[in-house]
Amino acid sequence: MKRDFAVLGALVSLLAFAAIAAPTFFSAANLRDILLANLAVLIVAMGMTLVIVLGQIDISIGAQFGVCSVLAGMLAKAGCPAWLLVILLLGAGAALGSLNGLLVAHLRLPSIVVTLAAMAVLRDSLRWATGGKWVQDLPQSFQWFGLSQRGGEWMLSLVTGAILAGCVYGARYLMAGRMIFATGSDAESARLAGIPTVRVVFWVFAFMGALTALAALLNAVRFPEVPGNAGAGLELKAIAAVVVGGTSITGGRGSLGGSVLGVALLAVIGPMLTFLGVNAYWEQAIQGAIILVAATTTMAARKRT
Amino acid sequence: MLTLRSISKNYAGVRALQGIDFNLVAGEVHALAGENGAGKSTLVKILTGAVAPDSGTMHLNDKLVEQNTPHRARALGIAAIYQQPALFPELTVAENIALFDEAPEAWRRIDWAGRRTRARQLLAEIEADLSPDEIVASLSLARQQLVEIAKALGAGARVLILDEPTAALTEREAQNLFRIVGAMKAKGVGVIYISHRLPELFALADRITVLRDGQHVVTRAMQGLDEAELVRLMVGRALTAVYPARSAKRGDVVLESADAGCRATGVHNVSFQLRAGEILGISGLVGSKRTELAQMLFGLNPSDAGEIRVRGAGVKIRNPAQAIALGVGLVPEDRRRHGVVLPMSIAANTTLASLRGVSRRGFLQFGRERAVAEKWRERFSTKADSVLAPVETLSGGNQQKVSLARWLATNPSILILDEPTQGIDVGAKAEIHRLIADLAAGGLAILLISSDLPEILGMSDRVAVMRQGTIAVILDRVDATQQNILEIALGKDAAA
Repeated sequence: MKRDFAVLGALVSLLAFAAIAAPTFFSAANLRDILLANLAVLIVAMGMTLVIVLGQIDISIGAQFGVCSVLAGMLAKAGCPAWLLVILLLGAGAALGSLNGLLVAHLRLPSIVVTLAAMAVLRDSLRWATGGKWVQDLPQSFQWFGLSQRGGEWMLSLVTGAILAGCVYGARYLMAGRMIFATGSDAESARLAGIPTVRVVFWVFAFMGALTALAALLNAVRFPEVPGNAGAGLELKAIAAVVVGGTSITGGRGSLGGSVLGVALLAVIGPMLTFLGVNAYWEQAIQGAIILVAATTTMAARKRT
Repeated sequence: MLTLRSISKNYAGVRALQGIDFNLVAGEVHALAGENGAGKSTLVKILTGAVAPDSGTMHLNDKLVEQNTPHRARALGIAAIYQQPALFPELTVAENIALFDEAPEAWRRIDWAGRRTRARQLLAEIEADLSPDEIVASLSLARQQLVEIAKALGAGARVLILDEPTAALTEREAQNLFRIVGAMKAKGVGVIYISHRLPELFALADRITVLRDGQHVVTRAMQGLDEAELVRLMVGRALTAVYPARSAKRGDVVLESADAGCRATGVHNVSFQLRAGEILGISGLVGSKRTELAQMLFGLNPSDAGEIRVRGAGVKIRNPAQAIALGVGLVPEDRRRHGVVLPMSIAANTTLASLRGVSRRGFLQFGRERAVAEKWRERFSTKADSVLAPVETLSGGNQQKVSLARWLATNPSILILDEPTQGIDVGAKAEIHRLIADLAAGGLAILLISSDLPEILGMSDRVAVMRQGTIAVILDRVDATQQNILEIALGKDAAA
């Protein structure tokens, strides 16, 4: 909780600095652009937080995101109705996540290896299936789900907001959330308390996959075409945000609210540099520095207790 | 050669060693005897520099050893070999010996041929039939111990400490080890030998030092000592702590085990009955598989032989969730790792094994959770600012109360306590004893596993003594004494 305030403080001071140095940063259009560009990261960061709280990692979500994006585009072109498209896509995402979950939870393979393999396989399959081409000429009814652009933007933001609220609430108020944190803290200890730890790990990976599919869908409707390499680097953005948000990379401790703040903190850096007239090449270096500072303070907080 | 003078050591207020004098002569085998917790391990740790004594001095060859560290002790020629070898499992025999032997220097070229020659020579010295190129992980425990001894020899060990070296060896392997101990002795090495197997002490040792409750009892020649006298020396004391009075009411048999066993952990042919309101103490030496018995009854390593009956009905307990559903609870041994989830609040820890009870359709009800946690906090007078405080901020005794509360919140009819007072200070210990007695008086059937003999005798209605994976004998409270429990645990049968 205290950690969340620290991230919030950093975010607020950054924004305050921007307000003085480059007031135009706070134009409605700019803020809207930043939000829309980061909806996908926000959604997958929720799942990633739970995965990392379990002491696991999933680096295949960028590739999963690519597969789901292309799948969404192809289904839309084939004239699939929106409701069916949502169901099919969520199912596909959950299935991809379940595969990871099966290997990690039931066969006890290290998640870094499993998801690294999944990443390679999914990316290559995608390249093979699309021939590297973008999915173009998506039907009008697919873009913004057939709404006006303004209406679509509102809908996307509201859906994302609902997902974030649901995840933050669920982690705190659901038995499942308690089980995830207990398993991540010490799996043997959780097992002794009668918690089915294998199933917990499996379902978190499946949930991660479903969230990734949803993020892919919400992202795809913003554009008239789907690039073949959609989601490249998404996993790293999500992991970075989770770490900045104060979740311990070794598991057991973490905060979904912190991850939301983490996404926000990393997301505003780039645009802010542009508004300050600084070369945008510095963006990644600054993000890297923020990650290191966050990791250091998380460790320091751990030591004090 | 080696002399310790008035060594004392406290761990968080618990006296582990108190004014110990000890001396070791070159070329002798000196046995170190005492019950679990008498202070043998602490003494070994001080010799090897793993812990620093609070007071007292250590001299080696009349030279004062100051600021002993593991590195220092090694340089002085003090080597210890434990039941579990401390080797690098993925390296070869030769590399393991060399790493201990050669000075660490990052840029020196490694003399592979020299390492192998040296290893071969050391192994030949102890007549060990081993190739220097074998990977340590592929060797049996007994052969790994030989590597340890060669390693110690290579480092020019003058003091060799063997801590329960035969616990995991077969009879023949043990005989081979004794031969090597004899050879080391002939080379003028001073050997400190620790074993629960008394006949070994009589066969090997020249002198013996007995410790009890961290105090020095006697150092004498082995000659003229017999087993009964030795056991009396190890035990010989009155109960010091005051244990709570126990209610005499007993109910029906709630838990029954008939020849149950688990092949994976080596627990076998376990038979006992446990009644409501009864406390059955489980005693035994380290390695007699008491914890494994608890794990079997709780479904962690399910039973695959015989039968287990709960309230008269035969049951198969395959996982902890089933055990909990049957009303069985387990307060595990390693409290900090397994008994509580440290970063979670007292409230969350209290309800972790009974989440369903404080939820509706999967949603936790924090009001009910807090009420449950508050109830147990009050009942146990757990010292904490609030039930929302993380458990990692509590003392050991209070953490143990939270661990107990977690299981009582599941409303069990059978509770297994594995070392419930280990590492807890005296005051909290008495409090936990009182709680256990209260729970039994309330009709709970309790299995109490403990290495603390006075605790077993003070709390139990009957005492089951375990030996080599099974219950050797069950004694009634009136017949049980520290002396006969220890004798049975060490291998004498009840008839004696």
